[in-house]
Amino acid sequence: MDLTRRAFLTRTALIGCSAAASPLLTPISFAAAPFEQRFVVIILRGAMDGVDVVQPYGDRALAGLRPKLGFGEAAGALDLDGMFALHPGLAGLMPLWAAGELGFAHAVSTPYRDKRSHFDGQDLLEAGTAELGAATGRDGWLNRMLQTVPGLSTETAYAIGHDEMTVLSGRAPVANWAPDAALELSPQARRLMEKVMHDDPLFRDALAEALLLARVEGVMDDEAAMGGMAGMSGMAGMGGMEPATQGLGAIADFAAERLRGPARIAAFSIGGWDTHAGQSKAIGRALGELQETILRLKAGLGPIWGQTAVVAMTEFGRTARENGTGGTDHGTGGAALMAGGAIKGGRVYGEWPGLEERALYQGRDLMPTRDVRAYAGWIMRGLFGLETSLLESAVFPGLDMGKNPGLTL
Amino acid sequence: MRFDPELAEMRFGLGLSPRVTGPGDLAAMLRGVSGADHMAVRFPIEPFSAFLARLVVNRELRKERRQAGAGSEGFTAATKQMSLGKRDARMAQGDWLGQQVQRRVWSESGFRERLVGFWADHFTVQGKAGLLRRAVSPHVEEIIRPHIAGRFADLVIAATTAPMMLHYLDQESAVGPGSALADEMRAKGKLKKIGLNENLAREVLELHTLGVGAGYGQEDVHQLAKLFTGMTYQPQVGFKFQQKAAEPGAETVLGVSYGGPGNAKLADIHAALEDLAEHPSTGLHIARKLVQHFVSDAPDPDLVAHVAGAFGATRGDLGAVYAALLEHEAAWGADLVNVKPPFDYLASAYRALALPEGAFVGMEERDVQRHLRVPLMQMGQPWERPPGPDGWPEEDAAWIHPQGLAARIDWAMRGPGEGMAELPDPRDFVTAALGTRVSDEVVFAARAAESRREGIGLVLASPAFQRR
Repeated sequence: MDLTRRAFLTRTALIGCSAAASPLLTPISFAAAPFEQRFVVIILRGAMDGVDVVQPYGDRALAGLRPKLGFGEAAGALDLDGMFALHPGLAGLMPLWAAGELGFAHAVSTPYRDKRSHFDGQDLLEAGTAELGAATGRDGWLNRMLQTVPGLSTETAYAIGHDEMTVLSGRAPVANWAPDAALELSPQARRLMEKVMHDDPLFRDALAEALLLARVEGVMDDEAAMGGMAGMSGMAGMGGMEPATQGLGAIADFAAERLRGPARIAAFSIGGWDTHAGQSKAIGRALGELQETILRLKAGLGPIWGQTAVVAMTEFGRTARENGTGGTDHGTGGAALMAGGAIKGGRVYGEWPGLEERALYQGRDLMPTRDVRAYAGWIMRGLFGLETSLLESAVFPGLDMGKNPGLTL
Repeated sequence: MRFDPELAEMRFGLGLSPRVTGPGDLAAMLRGVSGADHMAVRFPIEPFSAFLARLVVNRELRKERRQAGAGSEGFTAATKQMSLGKRDARMAQGDWLGQQVQRRVWSESGFRERLVGFWADHFTVQGKAGLLRRAVSPHVEEIIRPHIAGRFADLVIAATTAPMMLHYLDQESAVGPGSALADEMRAKGKLKKIGLNENLAREVLELHTLGVGAGYGQEDVHQLAKLFTGMTYQPQVGFKFQQKAAEPGAETVLGVSYGGPGNAKLADIHAALEDLAEHPSTGLHIARKLVQHFVSDAPDPDLVAHVAGAFGATRGDLGAVYAALLEHEAAWGADLVNVKPPFDYLASAYRALALPEGAFVGMEERDVQRHLRVPLMQMGQPWERPPGPDGWPEEDAAWIHPQGLAARIDWAMRGPGEGMAELPDPRDFVTAALGTRVSDEVVFAARAAESRREGIGLVLASPAFQRR
């Protein structure tokens, strides 16, 4: 990992000085988590065009809707099942598809309709509720799931990066951190800092968590450096991939590192999906990041990948028709990606509504045939054994999860 | 309402300064927004129309290169010139960032700088490729800054027709399917470039004017997108209404028809923007945003209604809107509430520290990175790279999470010591930075710190300094 000798020594000294005084150090010694399965939720911000990512090239109406964007094997896409083809930007994931570790849900959406605002759409996706409103508050569905699980530590769930992750915020304890974050204070500076922030709960609580997490990071880096978790950390756990120093690569590496330790849940976001113009180029870039993220998670998790599920979901899909500027506008139905050894992949799930004019939602968008929350719900049912009734009330209030699509092994 | 000059500087301005005195009353504060723009003269930033010259040069070089052909000497020479041009723009962007810090250190009318920041965020733009990635500050300088104290409609028109907005929200290349240009292109078989793009139209309704809760629908978005066709820009001239690309005929937005038979006109677009800018939903949306930004994440309904009332009564005269905001008791609650976003935080720290004039301008790129760009990125606000067209978040919780706070503390303890040759005595700095809003804990921390550097850091990290 990114460990200089200076940082190593400082951190060791820091821990040495304050370990005795700190009750916070105890949970770092890897308290038993309530479950072994790992769940990673990626929010794709900006509305991913599901029709371009998982291309329904077996649907004869597609050619009329997208004469210029290109699709199918002629445009370099890779056949999945005769009906759908995968955008070439995710070609690096084909081995996962072949191994049954990659699948998709198509023609999905949240209950959000008609106004097609990114910002409200993302709020609803992360809230996991049927509508936006004061009643739903600001907590996210992933946090509400955690609220049902006893025995969590502050490190069971991580929200990673600098974006606000509403999906994971709420009453259940969650760690918020970014791979480039660091906080090194001398014992005196730390005491004074705690003093000046003491009367302001927002600052006081964030400081306490930052101090704890900065120390967790120090401990993990130190163990990596000392070879304490042999075979589990550093290059050995990366399947030969170079560790990333910035961007999503660094976020994925960080997530994998935490998930090898006490963390069980991680959430972060990938932006760049709002492809109103020049979509071919723009979506290629975003897919490249998504692909790298998944490959890094797999490499970093090593054997734990086998008990991991990753789901990547977006606020809504885009127009079935391409627009006048080589792109697509805000739509409704779209696609979600699922990956991991715990996923029964090699399949595109969902009922395909067709792309003929009359089958489109409002004559313009892919018609959603299933609520994307149902897929997230069935994954959690499979991973954590949560009751459907609990998922349909506490986690996704009002959702009818419907028939079990059999997403998990 | 009793005017509190200290709170005026903190909440509506740039924070306290040991060198600059802010306005002494409300009238002076409002005059500062519309009077002569001293900061723009003293710390100049290239206006967008001058920035365009860079695009023209770049385009010419590209042409030269094409004509010379790959592998030729001319090709290599032009490529080199192009990359020098890119480097020059990148360095200029760093300088303009430094100038903006300087304006915030030395301004006597902080409210003006804050309003420029507010409106630049309300009408967020970004450059998506090439040189335009460096053009945000020039855009704000020419499009936003001169319009903050006039009619809101003029600001909307300026922002919507700005090349950077047309570029950012993909309007520049939309072609009305029934336009003359579309016919021409069809005849040539160039089908690829015909059609609408809804991006700008949607954000004008949702973000810039009515607000997402207002009563508009998908058809209004579609109609406005049609009406917007024809708006584009060219490096040589800036904004251009390309009549040939505009969809002929009338469009109906919120029940009002714009244009008619015959050629589409720019005046029709202006008329629609005027109506949207003066719509009651817009007044409420703007009032709520202003109150949220300047006063509290949980806006006081009376205050919002008061500001919206002034907006409605004056048909969006921004001077009157600001006066309404400032004259209301609820705007002057004694407790510091909102958390400063990272750029405001960093600049207010340098204001309190009286950063010398000339600092942070003409720096090496790596120093711009070290002193300004990296800290802002780590605090969660990478310079001129907001997450989307809705700009930066307002809620305190979006900034004060463990990673964000760690970055602020890390910078406060280290940054000023690296950015300035000399730091003040922390015991004096407490008062310079916090005025009467200083607590015993902060005074104690400033005194008990192990070094001058850490004493300053503790004052800057205190919630009293991070809020306003």
